[in-house]
Amino acid sequence: MHKQQVKGTIRRTLTAVCGSMLAASSWAAGVAQSAVPKINDPARGWDSLWHEVIVDITIIGILFAVVTAWFVFSSRRTADNQVGASPKLTAASAVGWTVLPIFIFLSIDLYTAANGWVLWNHYRDVPADRLEVKLESGMYSWDYTYPNGVRTQNELIVPAGKPVLLRMTSRDTLHSHYIPDFRVKEDSMPGRVTYLWFYPTKPGEHLVTCAEYCGVMHSYMAGRVIVKSADEYAAWMKQEETQLAAANAPAEAGTPAAKPAAKPKKT
Amino acid sequence: MNLKEWIFTTDHKRVGILYLIGSLAAFAVAGIMALLMRAELSTIGPTITANPTNYNVWLYTHGAVMILGFQIPALTGFFANFCIPLMIGAKDVAFPRVNALSVWLFYVGVILALMTFFIPDPPDIMWTGYPPYSTITTGNTAMYSFTVLILGFASIIGGVNFLTTVAYMRAPGITLNKLNIFVWCTLGAFVLQLIFVPVLGTAVSLISMDKYLGTNFFDPAKGGDVLTYQNLFWFYSHPAVYVIFLPFIGVVFEVISSHARSAVFNYKMVVYGGIGGIVLLAGEVWVHHLYVSGMADWLRIGQMVTTLMISIPVGLMMISLVGTLYKSSIAFTTPMLYALGVVFLFLIGGLTGIPLAVPSLTLAVSDTYYVVGHFHYVMAVAGTFSIFAGIYHWFPKFSGRMYNEFWGKVGFWLTFIGSNVVFWTMMDIGVEGMPRRYYDYAHFPQFESAHQLMTAGAVVLGVGFAIAVLNWIIGAIKGPLAGDNPWGSPSLEWTTVSPPPHGNWPTPPSVADDWHPYAYKKG
Repeated sequence: MHKQQVKGTIRRTLTAVCGSMLAASSWAAGVAQSAVPKINDPARGWDSLWHEVIVDITIIGILFAVVTAWFVFSSRRTADNQVGASPKLTAASAVGWTVLPIFIFLSIDLYTAANGWVLWNHYRDVPADRLEVKLESGMYSWDYTYPNGVRTQNELIVPAGKPVLLRMTSRDTLHSHYIPDFRVKEDSMPGRVTYLWFYPTKPGEHLVTCAEYCGVMHSYMAGRVIVKSADEYAAWMKQEETQLAAANAPAEAGTPAAKPAAKPKKT
Repeated sequence: MNLKEWIFTTDHKRVGILYLIGSLAAFAVAGIMALLMRAELSTIGPTITANPTNYNVWLYTHGAVMILGFQIPALTGFFANFCIPLMIGAKDVAFPRVNALSVWLFYVGVILALMTFFIPDPPDIMWTGYPPYSTITTGNTAMYSFTVLILGFASIIGGVNFLTTVAYMRAPGITLNKLNIFVWCTLGAFVLQLIFVPVLGTAVSLISMDKYLGTNFFDPAKGGDVLTYQNLFWFYSHPAVYVIFLPFIGVVFEVISSHARSAVFNYKMVVYGGIGGIVLLAGEVWVHHLYVSGMADWLRIGQMVTTLMISIPVGLMMISLVGTLYKSSIAFTTPMLYALGVVFLFLIGGLTGIPLAVPSLTLAVSDTYYVVGHFHYVMAVAGTFSIFAGIYHWFPKFSGRMYNEFWGKVGFWLTFIGSNVVFWTMMDIGVEGMPRRYYDYAHFPQFESAHQLMTAGAVVLGVGFAIAVLNWIIGAIKGPLAGDNPWGSPSLEWTTVSPPPHGNWPTPPSVADDWHPYAYKKG
């Protein structure tokens, strides 16, 4: 228990240190970003931050490339014995050429880190009103278990408009539950429980694919997230519940034909 | 010239050339693996093999051999061996026999890696070897462990040798502030090797112990932990990126400075800010490989900051490279084209790494072709281009002859175009969701034309590389004699004859007070 406490303290301290390092710059980012509405869907937050970072690095890249190209084309050797004529740096300008770039790069870094941190918190803070599904991955399938015991394989059926939390583990090798449309993935592995959440808003189908090398058939390990309207989801869930009840209590239901094999497949 | 003299040589230049031959052979084999993979991916479904394991073995071989058999040995084996004693005015390295041992071990490692094709169950665990798969596969994990251990050991004894050499064998007058940037860069790389290789050795030993000796380091059912391996592995393997990056950017500094006849811009900023900064930060960024692996949240956030801060030393080096070109006198020789290519392509590779430093952004692009495209821009394109720039640059020195400029430039433009076609397309479809390490992409039919474009680009790239290698072979045999200093460089390696004799100089060189490796004089 004592060890646990110490560990907790260390973790809290480190979180505080990292956090306060970023808090200052996140305030700056917040001011600059105040036009962005409160994000409800981390995937949309991802889209806007990705876009912003790509625009930033494109500008920096073009700036560097243009200056380099200009230096290259204005410095062609015209005579065989010619040598470069760049000015010698004074001690002060040498320091300046070091400190100024450090300052510029560091501010870009901290600004990016602050934005990334804000989005990260959003990705990791799961809304309280959510559908919680357990996932056990294995070579080569995704097995989902709903809170009421209903199970599905390779098809995660969820209602539109409700955040979905996956608590994930694996029964064999590493896998990574990747849903490209929801901009999220997280590895699952034996012996640990990891999580991710996403926010389906409209009915539709989305590909789930494995993003961590897991064995020979890695590239074929795929499934779907099927988003249904709330009504359709309720109807589907009711049907599944009935089936589950029937499978669990074959005698009471008076259907001797229902054999244990009707239990949800477990491999 | 007899074979026995070469095998038992203790001359640092010959050891270097042995490293070069071995690493280029490894490069050829690993390159063929890449072409096989691109051929397989040119259509959806089975194309040239119906067995995914074949593809996985090619992928394992491509990654492991390119990094451990080609880039690290070419940079810290060939360039370090050939250039460092010549650049510091030494007769040889501090421990010539240990040097010979390291090249022998390197050959053992490369042969072991290439035996992959002659054993019944070759390793199929990727160059990362993550458990639990690496401990339950039928593939031969032990082969992977031993290859890494032997190549790692070769590298460690090389590191000890070069740190000693630079510390004690500099010619009189060569102070620390008059060392070539390449020498500084290589020292930084060897410091990282000495610190971090043992960690990799531990990691790969433990997976083989888990698989063959029944230990449970990584088996959670028996008290182990899966994530521990990933931490140990990347604790070395991210610094390994800098073990490759530092010498390759050092080569680029030498080539650009020599062919532009312009002193390196802000030398001390590069040495203390750039190289020093990278050595200091190298060990604190490994978690960015584990952003989606289930690490503690605070660790992911902390290392986001350190990872982004890598932009500072790297940015300082880029500023210095561009500054060196200002008001210079550029000759567009083949090595210079490759080096300028590195400046532009490394810009792409470096900047596309910035989103990957941010954990929230990697949630979508981690383990996709975006990552593959990014690190190929850094390692495969910038890294290999600078190795090629360096080989062309020192070709007259180590062979005494000149390569063919025309074919050199043809090779450069083919590789430049080919690599952009392949790796830009890769990043593009990666953002849209194409996961890496896929034998088949049946779930992503929309990417088929992009895959075909990449296959075509890979063929162009392969032809370009092959032209360069043929150019060297033909040039070394019957190129025109090059003279001692064809580029007009004041750096010490150009003051001796080409190729330099055993012992390098008849009388040890000494340098004037105003000498500097980058003090170009009109003449």
